Amino acid sequence: MSTIAQKKGFGATLWDYLTTVDHKKIAHLYLIAGGFFFLVGGLEALFIRIQLLKPNNDFVSAGFFNEILTMHGTTMIFLAAMPLVFAFMNAIMPLQIGARDVAFPFLNALGFWLFLFGGIFLNLSWFMGGAPDAGWTSYASLSITSEGHGIDFYALGLQIAGLGTLIGGINFLVTIINMRAPGMTYMRMPMFTWTTFIVSALILFAFPPLTVGLFLMTFDRMFGANFFDAAMGGNTIIWEHFFWIFGHPEVYILILPAFGIFSEIFAIFSRKRLFGYSSMVFATVLIGFLGFMVWAHHMFTTGLGPIANSIFAVATMAIAVPTGIKIFNWLFTMWGGSIRFTTPMLWAIAFIPSFIMGGVTGVMLGSASQDYQYHDTYFVVAHFHYVIVGGVVFALFAGAHLYWPKMFGTMLNEFLGKITFVLFFVGFHMTFFIQHFLGLWGMPRRVFTYLPGQGFETSNVISSIGAFLMAAGVIVLLVNVVITSVKNEKVGNDPWEDGRTLEWALPSPPPYYNFKQLPLVRGLDAYWLEKMDGKKGMTPAEPIGDIHMPNNSFIPFTISLGLFIAAFGAMFHGDEGNTWGVPVLIFGLLFTLGSMFVRSIKDDHGYHIPKKELLDDKDLGGKA
Amino acid sequence: MTNEQLNSGNPRVDIEYRRKKNAEEMRHQVISFALMIFLTLIAFVAVAYEEFSGWFVVPFILLLAGVQVIFQLFYFMHMSHKGHEAPKLFMYAGMVVAFVTILCYTTIIWW
Repeated sequence: MSTIAQKKGFGATLWDYLTTVDHKKIAHLYLIAGGFFFLVGGLEALFIRIQLLKPNNDFVSAGFFNEILTMHGTTMIFLAAMPLVFAFMNAIMPLQIGARDVAFPFLNALGFWLFLFGGIFLNLSWFMGGAPDAGWTSYASLSITSEGHGIDFYALGLQIAGLGTLIGGINFLVTIINMRAPGMTYMRMPMFTWTTFIVSALILFAFPPLTVGLFLMTFDRMFGANFFDAAMGGNTIIWEHFFWIFGHPEVYILILPAFGIFSEIFAIFSRKRLFGYSSMVFATVLIGFLGFMVWAHHMFTTGLGPIANSIFAVATMAIAVPTGIKIFNWLFTMWGGSIRFTTPMLWAIAFIPSFIMGGVTGVMLGSASQDYQYHDTYFVVAHFHYVIVGGVVFALFAGAHLYWPKMFGTMLNEFLGKITFVLFFVGFHMTFFIQHFLGLWGMPRRVFTYLPGQGFETSNVISSIGAFLMAAGVIVLLVNVVITSVKNEKVGNDPWEDGRTLEWALPSPPPYYNFKQLPLVRGLDAYWLEKMDGKKGMTPAEPIGDIHMPNNSFIPFTISLGLFIAAFGAMFHGDEGNTWGVPVLIFGLLFTLGSMFVRSIKDDHGYHIPKKELLDDKDLGGKA
Repeated sequence: MTNEQLNSGNPRVDIEYRRKKNAEEMRHQVISFALMIFLTLIAFVAVAYEEFSGWFVVPFILLLAGVQVIFQLFYFMHMSHKGHEAPKLFMYAGMVVAFVTILCYTTIIWW
């Protein structure tokens, strides 16, 4: 492979992306796939809001509405928010710690393809006899009686996608523990890297319960087991516990990277060191730890009894403390800073009040006795959209604008970015603020319609108009992306001019080996320190030498494809008169195992970029 | 880790240091091996001895098993050496989370 950039045909580019093990290209893949599913989930949200626009609406049928709302939640959490978060982790985290790639590039690619095939499998349900319809939580007694194959798509699709996420999480953990550049101690890691680290640990501990729960569900529905069937001696509550032992850490898996992105933004655009860095680290660890101790607050009305409810209510409220620490640190970072109101900074500033509103309703819901009033009303819907949209989605938009130059080498248009922000911000509050009141007035969640004369009409109209404003904001962003890509004006290494961490010392986008020489890190905000000392780039920590690189591989794709095929066999083998189910299941699994076998016996030692090539090549990564 | 080369010009220093380290290591392994055999014997005796009820024997041999796991990890899998801080942290964190979860299930959730 040569370092000289050549113009490649479409086929060559496609093959390059299908086989890539480069963390930057995998980040592109995650961004594109996650972005696509985000649009799909957004369309589903619009259908929900159109249906609820007026009382007794018949835009969709009741059954179809259940499918749409289930797929909206599942798609947005598993197929949009998680991969988009992973996109930024992949793109930025190795650069921030001064690594040439993640620890296991092959596994990184495998994680992506597993996620993608899981996501495609789940969405094929639309064309193959109906989507899952038991809500994104898929509570057992409802989901095991659901007819058709909808829930089978849910169980198998999430199983495959979840495997990918687990692999990705372990990969990030090893990367951060083992591959930090010389001088990059734990307490010098940028905040986004810290949150990636904690989130990966949460993934490691939280995804196995989901895997187990989904396997039990798979066996109950497709292979005649009775884990959740009370009549056969099973226990339907087990699913709820498994789901929420996973599900509660999952929401922290989403929000902590958002906190990381905002921490970077506040520091960069206030031109100040992040206030209370060590307390931020402490708060992140504490949130991660407490996240495992509160799952039953989703189940207050299940009937666990007053003692369990009280303990989980207290534990839940304890989480407000570290979150409060973070909020105050962000405010103090801005205090006295020389603030620039760029698009990412606008999202970050808007995030603070929006997220606090979601946090306050969270504490209200966390109070067990009150929860009996709020449970299954639109109040809950308003709450979790305030934290997930006001926290995670704002961070994804902010991160997209902030890191676009680092990922693609071009700057998104600031003016259009601000239009996106205004439309989305106004639309978001319009849609969800009124839903608090709808809930308090008694509108239950997950209903496909409501009757006139109950006082819900005007509020639902307002809510639906807000949803369309959000959609308009997203369309402006898409236009922005197209315009930026067509113009293709390349920018330098530090396009925001106030970059603090290592990634801004590299060209945009960085060369495929990231660092020609590993940088020497002298403190927190490594690149900022060097800039303040009047240097142009990082001090190298090693002489220029050969760089060992991994070879591209198509095997991650085939491993994932095998599981994708096997899932069809597992799902249809129980149908009346089905003969091909079991053979397809076995074939798919053998395909996967065979791919893994090839990977094991084939010697693949990668290749070296010779020193001479690096020395000849003055432009690429010379500064770092 | 003891296998790492030292940055000394004199090859004798390195070899003598490593020999001393290895001897010490060997002694630890022999001691823990003897202890593990001993604990296994105790476990067998406890089960074989008919006077003890199951309510004593089962927790007792589980406790012995726990001790054996610690020996295995720290002496045979070298977790007592430097450079294992992160695996230790994650194992302990995992144990705490699993323990609290099980405690929760057994005490307040399944009544």
